[in-house]
Amino acid sequence: MAEIASQKAPADTPPPVEMVRVRINDMDVDVPKTHPDPLTGKPVPTTMIQACEQYGVEVPHYCYHPKLPVAGNCRMCLVEYGLPALDRNRQPILNDDGSPKVQKMPRPAIACATPISPGMEIYTDSPGTIEMRQSVLEFLLINHPLDCPICDQAGECKLQEYSYEHGQSESRFVEKKVHKPKQVDLGPRIMLDDERCILCSRCIRFSRDIAGDDALGFVNRGSYNTLAAYPGRSFDNNYTLNTVDLCPVGALTSKDFRFKMRAWFLKETKSLCNSCGTGCNTLVGTREEVIYRQEPRENNAVNSSWMCDYGRLNYKWQSSENRLKTVTAMRGDIREVLNWSQLLGEIIPRLQRFQPGQIAFIGSGQMSTEEVFLFKSLAEKMGGLVEAYSSSGESDRLLLNADRLPNTNGLRIHHFTTSGQISPSSTHISEGIKKGAIKALFVIREDVTAHGISIDLLESLELLVVSDIHRTPATDVAHYVLPGAAHFEKRGTFVNVKGRIQKFMKAVEAPGDARPEWEFLHEILHKATGQNGFSTIEGLFNLMAQKVSALHGLTWASLGDLGVQIEIPDSR
Amino acid sequence: MAHTEKDHIKVSAQLESEIDGLISHYPQKRSASLMILHRLQEEFGYLSQPAIEWTAMKLELQPINIYELVTFYPMFREHPVGKTVVRVCRTLSCALGGSHQLHSHLCRKLGLNPADKGPQNTPDGKFTIEFAECLASCGTPPVVMCNDDFYDNVSTDQADKLIKKYNQP
Amino acid sequence: MAEEYRLILKNADQPGYTVDIDCYQKHGGYQTLKKVMAMAAIEKDGKVISPQEQIREEVKVSGLRGRGGAGFSCGLKWSFVDRRSGKPIYLVCNADESEPGTFKDRQIIHKDPHQLIEGMIISAYANDVHLAYIYIRGEFPQGAQMLVRAIEEARQKNFLGKGICGTSYDLEIYVHRGAGAYICGEETGLLESLEGKRPYPRIKPPYFPAVLGLYMSPTIVNNVETLCHVKHVMEMGAGEYAKLGTPNNTGTRIVCISGHVRKPGYYEIQVGHATIGQLIHDFAGGLLPGRKLKAIIPGGSSAKVFKAGEKFKIKQKDKDGHEVEKEMDILDIPYDFDTLMAAGSMSGSGAIIVMDDTTDIVEALGNLSDFYAHESCGQCTPCREGSLWMSKALTRLNNGGGRKQDADYLLKIADNIPGGRTICAFGEACSWPVQSFVRKFKDEFEAKGAAAEIKSGQTATMNQ
Ligand SMILES: Cc1cc2nc3c(=O)[nH]c(=O)nc-3n(C[C@H](O)[C@H](O)[C@H](O)COP(=O)(O)O)c2cc1C
Ligand code: SF4
Ligand code: SF4
Ligand code: SF4
Ligand code: FES
Ligand code: FES
Repeated sequence: MAEIASQKAPADTPPPVEMVRVRINDMDVDVPKTHPDPLTGKPVPTTMIQACEQYGVEVPHYCYHPKLPVAGNCRMCLVEYGLPALDRNRQPILNDDGSPKVQKMPRPAIACATPISPGMEIYTDSPGTIEMRQSVLEFLLINHPLDCPICDQAGECKLQEYSYEHGQSESRFVEKKVHKPKQVDLGPRIMLDDERCILCSRCIRFSRDIAGDDALGFVNRGSYNTLAAYPGRSFDNNYTLNTVDLCPVGALTSKDFRFKMRAWFLKETKSLCNSCGTGCNTLVGTREEVIYRQEPRENNAVNSSWMCDYGRLNYKWQSSENRLKTVTAMRGDIREVLNWSQLLGEIIPRLQRFQPGQIAFIGSGQMSTEEVFLFKSLAEKMGGLVEAYSSSGESDRLLLNADRLPNTNGLRIHHFTTSGQISPSSTHISEGIKKGAIKALFVIREDVTAHGISIDLLESLELLVVSDIHRTPATDVAHYVLPGAAHFEKRGTFVNVKGRIQKFMKAVEAPGDARPEWEFLHEILHKATGQNGFSTIEGLFNLMAQKVSALHGLTWASLGDLGVQIEIPDSR
Repeated sequence: MAHTEKDHIKVSAQLESEIDGLISHYPQKRSASLMILHRLQEEFGYLSQPAIEWTAMKLELQPINIYELVTFYPMFREHPVGKTVVRVCRTLSCALGGSHQLHSHLCRKLGLNPADKGPQNTPDGKFTIEFAECLASCGTPPVVMCNDDFYDNVSTDQADKLIKKYNQP
Repeated sequence: MAEEYRLILKNADQPGYTVDIDCYQKHGGYQTLKKVMAMAAIEKDGKVISPQEQIREEVKVSGLRGRGGAGFSCGLKWSFVDRRSGKPIYLVCNADESEPGTFKDRQIIHKDPHQLIEGMIISAYANDVHLAYIYIRGEFPQGAQMLVRAIEEARQKNFLGKGICGTSYDLEIYVHRGAGAYICGEETGLLESLEGKRPYPRIKPPYFPAVLGLYMSPTIVNNVETLCHVKHVMEMGAGEYAKLGTPNNTGTRIVCISGHVRKPGYYEIQVGHATIGQLIHDFAGGLLPGRKLKAIIPGGSSAKVFKAGEKFKIKQKDKDGHEVEKEMDILDIPYDFDTLMAAGSMSGSGAIIVMDDTTDIVEALGNLSDFYAHESCGQCTPCREGSLWMSKALTRLNNGGGRKQDADYLLKIADNIPGGRTICAFGEACSWPVQSFVRKFKDEFEAKGAAAEIKSGQTATMNQ
């Protein structure tokens, strides 16, 4: 048994600390005595529930969450346990076979708060443990409205799940239920149903200890305890929606997601938030090519288990009316729709007509690292200038970064600037156009009119090729418009502000004729230079990793789900 | 809960310095919250939202931190009460000693509902009557408190006298 | 006939005895403190033993057990204090007195506050405490004022403040008022309340007060009466003190008797020197004329009830120290910590509630369950939900909506709350009465339920 167990030990065990041997049901396991506290980083004793979790033994729980301070209030994780018996002189009492005698403790313990100790035995499925679990569930259910059929949490509700697995079918409760406020408008993004709340305090602890906004609390007393914000105050920080994720039941719901879709219909795709440089890992919930929600995906090197509300709700642009869905060319005053091969046939010769220095390539921190790589290669082949702009906003102390682009470091590793640094605007392109030195622009994912290049200047160009996903003032005057794909619609990588390169996967199809930029860039490059191609993102990434020093040694596969830390070249 | 008529409370300089004195008793300000709430309730009769917010501000806390307390402790009141709050002990020893009959008697006397165990105010604003849990004088039942004054062995006759005594404008 | 032995209440009810410091000092007050403050370090077996250690040892040897409810050894509790943390050590006097039936601390606070202050100063000194609090229940406003005044008086005489009694020892004591919550008597709930938070008891581990108490610093919480006893231990010497009472149940204890007796009140006895029967009959004057005994709650409302006539097999040591088993009627049980525990209940807070044959036992339990439902802090699931559930079931049963099965229904709820399933001992406190009342008086619970069923059956027939 012991060998099997140690084989099951998780891959990334923390740095060597003293190991403690305990027994979980029938399995002897070795568990680190301490582990770093998620909040302070200081070593804290490993608890029963963590030991069990490491070896894949689930202890049902509500209030415990690995990222929050322990509360110990739900009592769902109560377990029976034993400790080595000691004689009067505090020496271990031995069994006949010489092994230490273990004595079952008269009182149970909560697995979420009880540290392990050598020789401890944890009984997660003994009759006594099961009976306690059932009774806690019964207590939780007596005042619960049981309105699962109309509850948003159905399918993701721990109360529903555990009562199915561990509960009793018949309720013996014949008294009147306690009534509490329903449909409480807690804040601009959150609704609260107090009757569903099981008072686990996860949301309170998150808001106070993680988000730093001590806005929630329990009012009243006893069975009438009610989760609330202060009357007249709105629960409105940039992290409120994490409480919806944390709520084990359907008490806290997202106004954005409420009633839109049953959770179990959703397909979940691993993605990244593209709303700032932090690069929070996400799961995108979709059904039939429609995005219904974004949720944080745990990555302790980046976003822990959280994401900000701004980023989470910033996905609707993907389906906006303003999306570019066709390839177009300007013929005189008329915009004509082309197909991709017509387009490529026309623009490649026109691009090739310019002398080195007459064409500038303007990219964006919204492009994937692979796209920047291709764009840069194209620029080099054609002797063009490259430029990209920054975009910033307010940052906060938790996740939101001032850099509002997901891949500024992706630009940096490819040195995608001629002016030396990526800034909100630069004059050398506009000056170049004014002087007539620059005659053509190829722009991807950037509204250059917002970065100091006026419409007049754009109209003075001999050739303006713009790829974007939304209509902008620049696409309105472009000679050619290439509809691109949102990151939700393709695969690729972003390098976050801390230099972590991370993958995003495709969640939905791009609309109409829109295509991932790396695909058409690859075709242009292939056709213009004869350079050999690759048909997959894996191949592209691996080629790029060989050519770009910051990425040496990496492969698409080696990025895993959580990405890899890289060195960013001097990033001024 | 809507804001009360008075959206501000006036804490006099003297009261505030008294409160500062209370705060100085503790290494952490927050500890002073119960003592401050007692003091404010003594001053203003009940703890309005502005009083709660003032306390939070004074202790550098969020109002919810104080509201959590005001709603937990039965001695704190969120709404105005009668001039005299009569608390009748309802717990076992007093119940065995007739406190529920006493409560009914007082209610009838004041035109209130004897079956209502929660706080009830007389329309003239003179009395509030409510049950309280064991007041730690179980050997001399029934036990009653009128505001901060304590009375034990309260017979119905004595209860009538108490009403007279506190029935002042 | 058993007699009172007044140690703590020696002066309290004497005519002319007042609460001011002069009166207290006239009666020998603060002499013990002076004696203690004059103690010097001694050398024993080559080790230097500080006065503080000597006091702690005395308290341990005295056998003093906590008078707040659990009867835990005071000396042992003090020995758990983490003295190496580098953090300040706090002493908190638990004056929340909220266990129904209990009114002993009220007497001390209102009649002899300086005794408590002196006991606290000695205890604080013994434990290197420089800041102490008295957590007094909100419903004792006069008591709080009296304590504030007593503290001020003691400070004027240099028994408190800086350089106490001319030594270099400093101590401040402050009075902190509760606001009507029984759970603030539970020591960790009390500490949360003292920190200005909802009085949610803390989980143990990790928050043992002796290590992570007030402000996450080592903290001692002792009951009012316990702290007064410390003074007497130091006055008499541990050896003399331990001669009071019985072995392992030393000293005196104030017993509160309420309910259906002629002379309810508080009586101080040597622990174990009076039986429950003597307390009820000799001290409290017996039952009211023509009444018969029905039930006794021996240690505050949370203690398991005894039924009149109940017999217990109790192991006792005879004169030669041999263990013998004796069958005892509840009335013959000596009022102490251990025998009551052996009989399946507890002396708890030292409060006896007597119920005679006029008592409707279902209503009595309903009354107590309402108390617990009202007082549960609601932090943890079994107690929060169970306490209100039991109270609702009993209300229904007492208002004609009962069923015969309600007795078992109640037991099933009550059995799922105690035994370490809850964060604090309130879980036990709220379920023990239900478990014991229903098990011992099951016929009455079933009869009430059955009667209601018959009645509702009749109404149903009439309505047809
Ligand atoms: C629900 C509950 C209520 C309590 N109430 C009181 C109380 O009012 N007064 C008290 O001294 N101890 C009370 N206690 C006991 C305290 O937790 C603690 O054990 C005691 O204050 C320790 O003091 P002692 O060792 O001197 O007895 C209560 C315990 C529980 C579980
Ligand atoms: S709202 Fe949800 S997370 Fe918050 S306390 Fe209630 S059940 Fe727990
Ligand atoms: S912090 Fe940045 S990456 Fe994370 S969710 Fe918010 S906007 Fe997106
Ligand atoms: S047992 Fe009851 S009183 Fe104690 S913490 Fe739990 S809910 Fe609160
Ligand atoms: S998970 Fe352990 S008590 Fe809630
Ligand atoms: S029961 Fe009324 S004072 Fe204790």
